Amino acid sequence: MKLTGDNVFKFICAVIASSVILVLGLMIYELTIRSRLSIETFGTGFIVGTEWDPVKGIFGALPLILGTLTTSAIALLIGLPISLGVALAISEYMPQKLSHIFSFLVELLAAIPSVIYGLWGLYVLIPFLRDHVYPLLQSSLGFIPLFSGSIYGGGILTGGIVLAIMIIPIISSVSRDLFSLVPRSVREAVVALGATKWETVRIVMSYARSGILGAAMLGLGRAVGEAMAITMVIGNQFKLLPSSLFDAWYTMSAIIVNELLEAIYSLHVSALINIGLLLLLINLFIVILARLIVWRSLRMVRGIMRE
Amino acid sequence: MRESNYRFRRIKSLVMQFMVYLALLLALIPLSSIIFEVARRGLVAINLDFFTKPTPTVGEAVGGVANAIQGTLITIGLASLISVPIGIISGIFLSEYGESKLSTVIRFFNEVLNGVPSIIIGIFSYAIIVLSIGFSVIAAAFALAIIMIPIVTRTTEEALKIVPATIREAVLALGAPKWKTTLYVVLRGAKKAIATGVMLAVARIAGESAPVLVTMGFWKWWFVGLDKPVANLALNIFLFASSPFENWVVLAWGSALILMVMILGINIGVRILTRGRY
Repeated sequence: MKLTGDNVFKFICAVIASSVILVLGLMIYELTIRSRLSIETFGTGFIVGTEWDPVKGIFGALPLILGTLTTSAIALLIGLPISLGVALAISEYMPQKLSHIFSFLVELLAAIPSVIYGLWGLYVLIPFLRDHVYPLLQSSLGFIPLFSGSIYGGGILTGGIVLAIMIIPIISSVSRDLFSLVPRSVREAVVALGATKWETVRIVMSYARSGILGAAMLGLGRAVGEAMAITMVIGNQFKLLPSSLFDAWYTMSAIIVNELLEAIYSLHVSALINIGLLLLLINLFIVILARLIVWRSLRMVRGIMRE
Repeated sequence: MRESNYRFRRIKSLVMQFMVYLALLLALIPLSSIIFEVARRGLVAINLDFFTKPTPTVGEAVGGVANAIQGTLITIGLASLISVPIGIISGIFLSEYGESKLSTVIRFFNEVLNGVPSIIIGIFSYAIIVLSIGFSVIAAAFALAIIMIPIVTRTTEEALKIVPATIREAVLALGAPKWKTTLYVVLRGAKKAIATGVMLAVARIAGESAPVLVTMGFWKWWFVGLDKPVANLALNIFLFASSPFENWVVLAWGSALILMVMILGINIGVRILTRGRY
């Protein structure tokens, strides 16, 4: 290759653009190196350990992992149907002019900083749920253990609700893109057969089925890694299993937020970075899988359009 | 087909239509509640002291967030200084030299990095900067820069792709090499769109508090140097919100209000400026 201005420029651009790969690699490497003390001390016991005691120097992450996965699962359970409804309303039901405005409004939910969700959760949502919603839930469903126990306001269900609100923009925007790719001729064919609006919409959704799975996983990836809002509303209590959905719990990100600044000896720091490493691996697994599914699905729907 | 069956299907369709709009309503209730509450409770905090005085001590009645505004601006400025050139050059690569295996891989990793939780990026900065030089502005700016890069890269790529091919061809036909065409003509043509991308990235990091917390911690004084922490608006919200002191809680809502005005202002402004262009 000749040393021309063009080649040099292209090379520089390629190197700088590749730095994104380097950053991710370095991130995994650094977190692994800094967790070594914890990995060597506890091994896999770190993942299944159920005690977290900085005073005695014992660290186990199982309750934190369970807390993270449970709140994220609740977020998905609440957020996915709402997101799909939003996506359908915007892409299938509304006139185009209105849909632009509403899709922008829903996207604004993603622009609001996590810490403002936390502030709002602490002072507006928690009192509302504690005084009006949870007593009602308890009196009607209290016979199920999940809805028994005392009500603090903050806790697992509150955390799940806040996370659900935060993941709605991503799930709904990806699903909306998928729905809008389904060709008009498909809709017309279904309508011509005498289908109602809902039956048409169901056919449209069936084209995007695997893509919706990917969108849901993107939302899950976001919920798993969310830190500030969840720290502010979940109650921050380290325990293996909470007694009900109203009980306080802890998540991986929340313990990092609460303890990293105060950690003074190296094993404690190392354990917290180890939590970060686990969180990164869980997040990468979910997000990479989700991206691949979404890309494949987008290609598939576009392929149908060409046929 | 029996008449009753058709009626059932129609009713079902109407019920589902209602459910779909109900979902949209459910999604918009939190948004309006947040905007309303932040405005209502934040306005109380806004006065001259709020913008001119630093963090009050416990029990002190007067005080503001001036030092946090200063600190936030410094951190954002530093983060932009690192990330904007990298993001723009990466965007140039993806748009002008795209469609190779490498660019597909970079595009993919860019999306992945965009999905990495900000707290993890904070810990990364903690591991490579804080553990060697201590809690500092530079560590926070580094973390925020990593959050910005994927956003700037993606918007630059999209901005450059909108520049018509005919312009590139015209410049190339005059004998300019490709790199000059890209830097002096294509990039300039996309200047406004790139600027909006940078603004959106700034709006995103202005509200980040998790990576700021683990790289700077709480600092209630003015800027003293790049290797020392500064105060930060978003982080103040977290620290003040859970404090038992009434005046700090008021400051938390005030900080939330100015952050919201800035962030929503940028988002709405970008939407209005680019309306009909994409």
